[in-house]
Amino acid sequence: MAYKTIVEDNIDILVAGAGLGGTGAAFEARYWGKNKKIVIAEKANIDRSGAVAQGLYAINCYMGTRFGENNPEDHVRYARIDLMGMVREDLAFDMARHVDSTVHNFEEWGLPIMRNEKTGAYLREGRWQIMIHGESYKPIVAEAAKKSADKVFNRVCVTHLLMDESKENRVAGAVGFNVRTGNYHVFKSKTVICGGGGASNIFKPRSVGEGAGRVWYAPWSSGSAYGLMIGAGAKMTQMENRIVLARFKDGYGPVGAYFLHLKTYTQNAYGEEYESKWFPELQERVGIEYLDPEASHTTHRPIPTCLRNHAIISEVNAGRGPIHMVTMEAFQDPHLEEIGWHNFLGMTVGQAVLWAATDVDPKYENPELTTSEPYVMGSHATGCGAWCSGPEDVSPPEYFWGYNRMTTVEGLFGAGDAVGGTPHAFSSGSFTEGRLAAKAACKYIDDGKAEGIRVSDAQIQRRKEEIYKPLETYRLYSNEVVAGTVNPNFINPRQGLDRLQKLMDEYCGGFGVNYMTNDKLLNIGLKKMAILGEDLENVAAADIHELLRAWELKHRWLTSESVFHHTLFRKETRWPGYYYRGDAMKLDDKNWHVLTVSRRDPKTGEYTMEKAPLYHLVGDIEDKDLAKLKAEGHH
Amino acid sequence: MPTFVYMTRCDGCGHCVDICPSDIMHIDKTLRRAYNIEPNMCWECYSCVKACPMNAIDVRGYADFAPLGHSVRVDRDEEKGTIAWRIKFRNGKKDMDLLAPITTKPWGSGYPNLATAAAPSSEMRDSQLLFNEPKYIRMDEGGLHTLESNGLDMKEGVYY
Repeated sequence: MAYKTIVEDNIDILVAGAGLGGTGAAFEARYWGKNKKIVIAEKANIDRSGAVAQGLYAINCYMGTRFGENNPEDHVRYARIDLMGMVREDLAFDMARHVDSTVHNFEEWGLPIMRNEKTGAYLREGRWQIMIHGESYKPIVAEAAKKSADKVFNRVCVTHLLMDESKENRVAGAVGFNVRTGNYHVFKSKTVICGGGGASNIFKPRSVGEGAGRVWYAPWSSGSAYGLMIGAGAKMTQMENRIVLARFKDGYGPVGAYFLHLKTYTQNAYGEEYESKWFPELQERVGIEYLDPEASHTTHRPIPTCLRNHAIISEVNAGRGPIHMVTMEAFQDPHLEEIGWHNFLGMTVGQAVLWAATDVDPKYENPELTTSEPYVMGSHATGCGAWCSGPEDVSPPEYFWGYNRMTTVEGLFGAGDAVGGTPHAFSSGSFTEGRLAAKAACKYIDDGKAEGIRVSDAQIQRRKEEIYKPLETYRLYSNEVVAGTVNPNFINPRQGLDRLQKLMDEYCGGFGVNYMTNDKLLNIGLKKMAILGEDLENVAAADIHELLRAWELKHRWLTSESVFHHTLFRKETRWPGYYYRGDAMKLDDKNWHVLTVSRRDPKTGEYTMEKAPLYHLVGDIEDKDLAKLKAEGHH
Repeated sequence: MPTFVYMTRCDGCGHCVDICPSDIMHIDKTLRRAYNIEPNMCWECYSCVKACPMNAIDVRGYADFAPLGHSVRVDRDEEKGTIAWRIKFRNGKKDMDLLAPITTKPWGSGYPNLATAAAPSSEMRDSQLLFNEPKYIRMDEGGLHTLESNGLDMKEGVYY
């Protein structure tokens, strides 16, 4: 192979993937490691990479303790009810107590945050969200990371982690290839902070053909956070907890500002309120502890996102779709109308394009909503990711093994989508997790935990051959046929992705089956996944760009296999509206008030599943409004 | 919608290739101009449109659901610190200009130099504090929240 091998040695902290989590890690690492060698490897350009590449119009996680608004425990209580109880509350509390300092740093770096002119506080969209002019959110944050890092390797796709050969289960760096030059890159590092992204495009999307790129989460979010860590044998948690989004149809434009700030609301095709009529039956299935509309109307307690999805799905199935967002009232106010459009331009331009193309003026008609295909990620209203240690002063023994945000692989840390059990971190929380991981990684090195790491040339050579194999497969077999993409010896990355998406949709609860699955379907799906895994050994790449797609696909496959195993393991329907287990339609707190934890043996590919105890913050955070209601005899 | 590049405007500078998060803006070797090699992996994020010095890149909505005849154009200006948008509907009835700030500071200013900032004390290293904390959490003299300070405990099992 003509490609050069480029070795970067003696790295202390390697940031693999630099979206909001990775940039937070690189930035903070310089403060705690003045003389440490900090290197970033990113498959795109960090100025516009990750989920925030396009910008954001809101920061969805800000406590506002400075303005006397919320405490960290308030956030924990909110996240746990939204996720039907399933949250790593130590990690959530820890992120929430630091996140405001992250946002205040952003403001200092030039991020325009809107202010409430009357109070002087940041302008709130909702209780947790603040409004920003965030078109340049990512380049502003990337600048801070660039100032801290010794080197930034843009356009290097990290495919595998390197493992230490002197001590088992210890990380030793990473390898990948440059998507422009094709060169092989080896990063020998004492620690790795995985800032890779969650996964779009693993379930069949509603869009077809050209529009397949119009997914809710970025199409370049290829599940690399999970692919890298699962491949290294790190334990994962809550991978069954995929998310389905209720969004504007086709464009998947955001609805947060519409609901919270513009005070728009939804109705069915016949102009009727539909949500409340689905709740009594749903309450039977999940329990009043999780669905209590009366309490939600009189207190700040939200109705969980998945349950609101359930009402939309049920109403549409009952023949009264589509669901509309009622914008015609709010949009009569020119100021609110402008905010409505800015909201899209700041983070989902495609929705503005779509409304312009279809002449949808929300001032005169109420746009359609839909529920999306599922996504696997860990920073929105869902918490997929690695099983990580929490902070020493908060975490119970089962959640603590020495270093904050360290996975079960020594020296491998996570941030953002990579960390499991921490929903509602969003952009600011992901950056904050990167900062926490960076400080802990510096301490890990200073404590001497990374001494004596050994990586053999054999390991480096083996990975190199593995990485370029799709090019070799193409070279060997493409001339066997006259022309075209049909070949009996291989599939190309798009063909593999299509098969994965169809399989996930039909067997693992995609939109095509109304988010329904069961043990039988999951077992069949797992068999098909294994065969797809074999075929991916024969995926072929015609060029370096296709090689990138081939490795993204392999990361998506590893992510999906984990989702299958977790979904099969949790025998209950914990999140109706995200997915349903037809063979166990009720929420089952007696057996499943636990976190699911998996490990894939990197040598054999065998999965082991276990339950981990769920701890909750208790004490001064009891919901006082709710307690008052109870005292008055409402329950 | 996916991006496309006007033949007469593109000079092949490669800014779009350099910035595209999806690695789909490539230079055609024969024409020496950029084009979108994989429209179904385009997020319509407009990163390339904003980066193009020739205004050569535009977006035509995804063919599977967006009719022809619309326009969403953008001009991002780092020196002025603004982004200007123009949205034109297919039926011509709506034609909007929208302007927003993208930064409050001259580009690249406002960042601390962490390499030369005072080194953290060993006490701070052993604490739970991050850079600029506790000051930046509340911008006053308040400290970091802990379980103890907030009267909290962690308990196994259901919380209700």
